[in-house]
Amino acid sequence: MKLLRAWLAGLPAYLWSGWGALASLLLLFAVWEGVSALYGPLVMPDPRSTFATLLGLLDSGEAWPELAITARRALIGYLFAVLVGGGLGLLAGLSMTASMMSRPLVTVLMGMPPIAWLVLAMLWFGAGDGTPVLTVFVASFPIVFVGALQGTRTLDNQLQTMAQAFRLPWAMRFFDVYLPHIISYLFPAAITALGTSWKVVVMAELLATQDGVGAALAVTRSHLDTPATMAWIVAVVGLLLAVEYLVLEPVKREVERWREQSA
Amino acid sequence: MTAERRQLSVRGLSHSFGRDEVLAGIDFCLYSGEVLALVGPSGCGKTTLLHLAAGLLTVHEGEVRVDFQRTAFMFQQPRLLPWQSTLDNIALGLKAAGMKRAEREHRAHSLALQLGLAHRDLDKFPHQLSGGMQSRVALARALVMEPELLLLDEPFAALDIGLKEEPYRLLLDHQHRLGTAVLMITHDLMEAVRLSDAILVMAPAPGRICARFELDLPARARDEAWVYRQTAQFLQAEVVRDCFALPPLAPGAGPGLPSGAGTAPKPSGSGLRLVSADGVDVAESGQREVANGD
Repeated sequence: MKLLRAWLAGLPAYLWSGWGALASLLLLFAVWEGVSALYGPLVMPDPRSTFATLLGLLDSGEAWPELAITARRALIGYLFAVLVGGGLGLLAGLSMTASMMSRPLVTVLMGMPPIAWLVLAMLWFGAGDGTPVLTVFVASFPIVFVGALQGTRTLDNQLQTMAQAFRLPWAMRFFDVYLPHIISYLFPAAITALGTSWKVVVMAELLATQDGVGAALAVTRSHLDTPATMAWIVAVVGLLLAVEYLVLEPVKREVERWREQSA
Repeated sequence: MTAERRQLSVRGLSHSFGRDEVLAGIDFCLYSGEVLALVGPSGCGKTTLLHLAAGLLTVHEGEVRVDFQRTAFMFQQPRLLPWQSTLDNIALGLKAAGMKRAEREHRAHSLALQLGLAHRDLDKFPHQLSGGMQSRVALARALVMEPELLLLDEPFAALDIGLKEEPYRLLLDHQHRLGTAVLMITHDLMEAVRLSDAILVMAPAPGRICARFELDLPARARDEAWVYRQTAQFLQAEVVRDCFALPPLAPGAGPGLPSGAGTAPKPSGSGLRLVSADGVDVAESGQREVANGD
């Protein structure tokens, strides 16, 4: 509740600070328009027709189910990654040996292209939800894992002694001393992972499923329907921007208010 | 003061980290209402001793007995939780003890105001407070527990000299009112002389207690001139110079004091008194000889 109130109170200032971001986005649109003018609408449709197509898709109700399916897959995979990656990262951080052992494994996971996992997942799960979900999970898991691991490894020894001296019970040590610190590492990692999930799910759908935004992109590609292609891309990116900048970023600011300008 | 005086008693305490012997044969007693200062050069095991007394380290050899119910610890750095408000930081120990939110916030709030924190500071995060304020919060966090035993590890070392007097006074008032036993480490000899009823001087390798001084004037009645005088005397005691590896005093170097006299008792009995050196009790009459005789 307090968080919500703070969020609302901070919103105007936050939105005001968004003018700069908006300006750079508009600059991007200008370049887009320029490229479109240079190469013609078949290669690159101009922003206006793209947005018109997008509005058409949204109005006809064609876009929403696809977006919902894509969002569902991305979020399931993402949630698994946050829960499992966060949990395992935390546990690995508790032990020096485990964190040393997990480091190369994480490097392998990070280095392995999602497309490779996608091929394997297609073999295992076929064309169902399992394929994109697994791909999303595998792509975002190491990011979250490393965040949790770093958070646990950098716990402040002095605060631990303090907690011991004040006889903090187990639950308080976790929630009041360890967790806020770990979250300050985990949260940025989770935001990065969400972006990754969103990108990877579209790729997975493009190659492996019959529905969702990725599949819709595959259809528009085969029809050489570039305005629709761009419209889908704009829809996906717009959704990600909205979630990140309207929800996650303000929450992050509020949660990490204690960090601000720490001298 | 009361019929049964609670105490912290340390008997034959030794401690090693691996093969390094940090403490050897430590013996002392601290009764409620007393302030005991531990001084000594760096690395003489003061902090280890304090941690053993607090139960932060396991006692392997010797005995540490604590009769006190509630113990609070104040560290050299404030060690506040950066993600909690001042008020929550102060109430941390009470929360750990299972006190209801309203009650603990009420207590934290009223103590914070007593310690000179302002209303508006209580919602702030530690990083928004100055160093002096932070250590006040740390002091409040310890005092709000109303501890019977308060362990202080150079709590005011990071404060500049102008900021020290007020926490001293707050600490002494509180200690006096509640009859708290205080065991404090300090590097600052003036601070030891200012605050404590007795000073234990420690020597390194391995850490041991080489002298005990007592100060008769009640801490709250001491003024600056007294503190200067006693600190100067303290520094001239041979056993202290030995422990801190200071060069021997040139004859007649003391400011109007008899040479080598860390020990000359004031006629009123309100000065610094060497009670024991190297484990040997010093009789009032024979102080000089023992103090100088090693």
